[in-house]
Amino acid sequence: MFNFELVNPKTLESVPALLSRKWGETMLLAGGTDVLDMLKERLARPQRLINLKSIPGLSYIKAGDGLEIGALTTIAEIAENAEVRQNYAALAEAAGSIATPQLRNMGTLGGNLCQRPRCWYFRAKDLLCLKKGGELCFAVEGLNKYHCIFGGGPSFIVHPSDAAPALLALGARLDLLSGTGRRSLALSEFYQLPQDNLMRENVLGPNELISAVKVPAPAAGTKSTYLKFREKQSHDFAIVSVAAVLQMDGRICQQARLVLGGVAPIPWRVPAAEAELQGKTLTAAVLARAAEAATADAIPLSQNGYKVQLTRVMVRRALEKLVK
Amino acid sequence: MAKWKPLDQMTYLGKGYARLDGPGKASGALKYTYDLKLPGMLYGALLSSPHPAATVRHIDASAALALPGVKAVLTDVHPTGTLRYAGEEVAAVAATSPEIAADALERIKVEYDVLPFVVDLETAMKPGAPRVYTEQSNVREPRVESEGDLSAAFAQADVIVEGTYRTQVQVHACLEVHGSVAKWEGDELIVWDSTQGVYASRDGIAKFLNIEQSKVRVICDYMGGGFGSKLQAGRYSAIAARLAKATGAPVKLMLSRPQDSMSAGNRPNLLAEIKAGATRAGKLIAFSAKTFGTAGIGNNARPALPLVYDVPNSRTEHYDVYTNAGAARAFRAPGCPQASFVMEQVMDELAEKLNLDPLDFRLKNDSNQTRQQQWKMAAERFGWSRRAPRPNASRGVIKRGMGLGAAVWWPGGRGTQAQMTILPDGGIEVRCGTQDIGTGTRTLVAAVAAEELGVPIASIKAMIGDTEYPYSGASGGSTTAPSVAPAIKNVAEKAKDKLTEVAAQHFGAAKSEVQLADGRAFVKGNARNALSWKQLCALLGTMPLVVHGEWVEGLSSAGVAGCQFAEVEVDTETGVITVLRMLAVQDCGLVLNRLTAESQVIGGVIQGISYALYEDRLMDPLTGVLINPTFENYKIVGALEMPKIEAIIYDQPERGVIGIGEPPTIPTSAAIANAVYHATGKRMRELPMTPDRVLAVLHS
Repeated sequence: MFNFELVNPKTLESVPALLSRKWGETMLLAGGTDVLDMLKERLARPQRLINLKSIPGLSYIKAGDGLEIGALTTIAEIAENAEVRQNYAALAEAAGSIATPQLRNMGTLGGNLCQRPRCWYFRAKDLLCLKKGGELCFAVEGLNKYHCIFGGGPSFIVHPSDAAPALLALGARLDLLSGTGRRSLALSEFYQLPQDNLMRENVLGPNELISAVKVPAPAAGTKSTYLKFREKQSHDFAIVSVAAVLQMDGRICQQARLVLGGVAPIPWRVPAAEAELQGKTLTAAVLARAAEAATADAIPLSQNGYKVQLTRVMVRRALEKLVK
Repeated sequence: MAKWKPLDQMTYLGKGYARLDGPGKASGALKYTYDLKLPGMLYGALLSSPHPAATVRHIDASAALALPGVKAVLTDVHPTGTLRYAGEEVAAVAATSPEIAADALERIKVEYDVLPFVVDLETAMKPGAPRVYTEQSNVREPRVESEGDLSAAFAQADVIVEGTYRTQVQVHACLEVHGSVAKWEGDELIVWDSTQGVYASRDGIAKFLNIEQSKVRVICDYMGGGFGSKLQAGRYSAIAARLAKATGAPVKLMLSRPQDSMSAGNRPNLLAEIKAGATRAGKLIAFSAKTFGTAGIGNNARPALPLVYDVPNSRTEHYDVYTNAGAARAFRAPGCPQASFVMEQVMDELAEKLNLDPLDFRLKNDSNQTRQQQWKMAAERFGWSRRAPRPNASRGVIKRGMGLGAAVWWPGGRGTQAQMTILPDGGIEVRCGTQDIGTGTRTLVAAVAAEELGVPIASIKAMIGDTEYPYSGASGGSTTAPSVAPAIKNVAEKAKDKLTEVAAQHFGAAKSEVQLADGRAFVKGNARNALSWKQLCALLGTMPLVVHGEWVEGLSSAGVAGCQFAEVEVDTETGVITVLRMLAVQDCGLVLNRLTAESQVIGGVIQGISYALYEDRLMDPLTGVLINPTFENYKIVGALEMPKIEAIIYDQPERGVIGIGEPPTIPTSAAIANAVYHATGKRMRELPMTPDRVLAVLHS
């Protein structure tokens, strides 16, 4: 392995100063399920790795008026937490759908939100794709059955996180810490399209990190779910996923939040579909219209047109599951 | 001619019993080549070409050699320097750790002259496509075979079906990647190799290195899968040996997973244009196939068409097509799963046109008497009579269907030699240069010896996987059991004969009067005054009894039949095919171990489901590289996709031992495809049947 320095900080406050202001020179290590791959595949070559696991107190789930989850909480802990399962089902289901038991035991929430794309061109060591400083997004003319149908260009990755669509639909906020201090940011402001930030997928600065995720308490009558479509049920990333949160008053939908995963470079909220639901009695016809509206703006590539159909079906099925 | 005892007199054979090495494998105590760590061992690594077609102009290894911990760099590992696929080995290093070896690879500077390439079968067939070999066209001369009068038969046929089918390239995906550990002792080389044939590996390594075979010893104690891809020596073994020579230290060289996927073999793909005809009486009378397939830079992508069924008039015309991809290798039933996917669907289409049940149509066109029985037995057990007569009979979004397909295989065994040593303390050693590729060979060696000597299986020390032991062939083509079992029985018979002599001398009786049974020796009629096994062996004094045996006729045969039935569910909104249950009936003559025989069948079905629904080696047309070289996107069926699989071994003990490795993976994809048609009324003519393809066909 190329040499790098491994630092084990004792406090969160000391981390920003350990991080370089330049991308690539330093990296944060949490569960390591993505970072170690990036290192071993030589897709990242930091000079310093900062091991967040050496800091006590970053792994917790606090339930009270809302939910607060420490950035180093494992995916498995979130999936199994009774409070999360009870009141934030979309998050519990999303966490439970991630990877494999081993990876869920290692992977952390902060890491899951910040993981890099799984695009096979991006992950191919010898290919210099657009996101690695090259001139071409190979997916445009190449093999693109897993690529995006929304928000593409100039890169056509999809965001691989399952937790992100669920948290976005639940209205989560992030606690961020950088050299200039702390800030709170809505998750909806966190992710960035390639057209705004080609080299990264979110607004985090190079010397900034997520310390916690906060989810507001659901309003009365709220139900949520996360439905994930994959090619195989064991260990697969989402082809299409849907996080749906409905606040119901009897059979009438007061508020709806629908966020798609696996179909866009960022977790993809579909306001047009939400609008079809809000204020309405959720009949089969209404659900079908919402599903239709969810894909109205889809622009598939040469080999991923099937994701449009899958998105419609998964949106409708997620809603049906909540309405039933 | 030699004969087996009747089944009802057997203690082990015909029954099920656990593998001797199961606990050691499950606990990790037993070491595979991948696990070996010899004192002072260095780690080798290969530099792979990033280009699908290029010539090497110059290699500068000085920066790699300057790296502390790097002990050797080889820049001449490629025989010609003309590279024909991304992944071909260009250089090799040996270093004190795998990490330093990986760093060293990055410091090797290679200047390439990059050439045009083609990785896709149908693109490579086009005129003007870049040539993989400059001196010849990508499309090779066809191999044509014909029988009967095809045009007359088509004229006579009452129904004719035509179709174009495509299957994918499948990689072997052995859990243990290909690789070796090489160690020199003076001018003698020991190689621990993850191989399906220690002798084949030795021959290849000796040739690569241009040294005498007697200077090379190959050992394979435990190995993690081969499926046909480890039947020959790999260049990596010779490179490991060269690195070990250059450094004076043992060197371990295992391929990386991507290198394994790129360069260690695959099942070729297939493009098949088919026409077939049958008479109103339900007889298949005409079959023609024009087929193309790519074995990458290698040869032999020919499908075994027509498969299984009797057809008096046929013509097949096959073209191998070169592409810039790693060469194919033998893969569990070479040529057969792809042929079955085509043939069984053609059979179903003809049956439907004739208004015949698919099973009845097969019974009319299958002259194999064993399979005739198996079809009926399986149909009964599966509940085939409950199958809806028409396709697309389920209402609603989720549709159910049933389908079937036939299994077949040919090779038998021969050639194995073995040695048995009876030690004066009663110990029993069996030496045989076969190897256990995960199928239970070590256990069967012990079981056959134990059966013949009448001693417990645990008292046999089965020593295999080493060229120091008597010759046995490579484990491929379902040849191992029928080669090895007769040799072990033969050597055990000879040992028993000698021990009977020893006992006769002791009792002062004629040899014909002495009996050796249940591990005891006695004069017939006087079993009470018997020698125990220990007492008997003690009579050897200080000299162990050593006997040699070999494969003999009469204990094994060749040729098996089988059939599989599938029930599936198709989600017509998402294109997801869920296999609900599979039933496989398979014969293999005399069953040596019912547990491992059933395991082989279940494993074949699992690999077949994976081939049917998931696995697909994808070459990127834009860059020419293998774009899914790891198991993240080279998708293999997992535990959550497992249907109920029922394996029934159809006993024919009178035929002796026959192998069972290949046939159970042949018809699985075909049975599933036919079930999908039955469920939906739409035919899947391309593998794998992934949701995108299913949706495309359903909405066409």
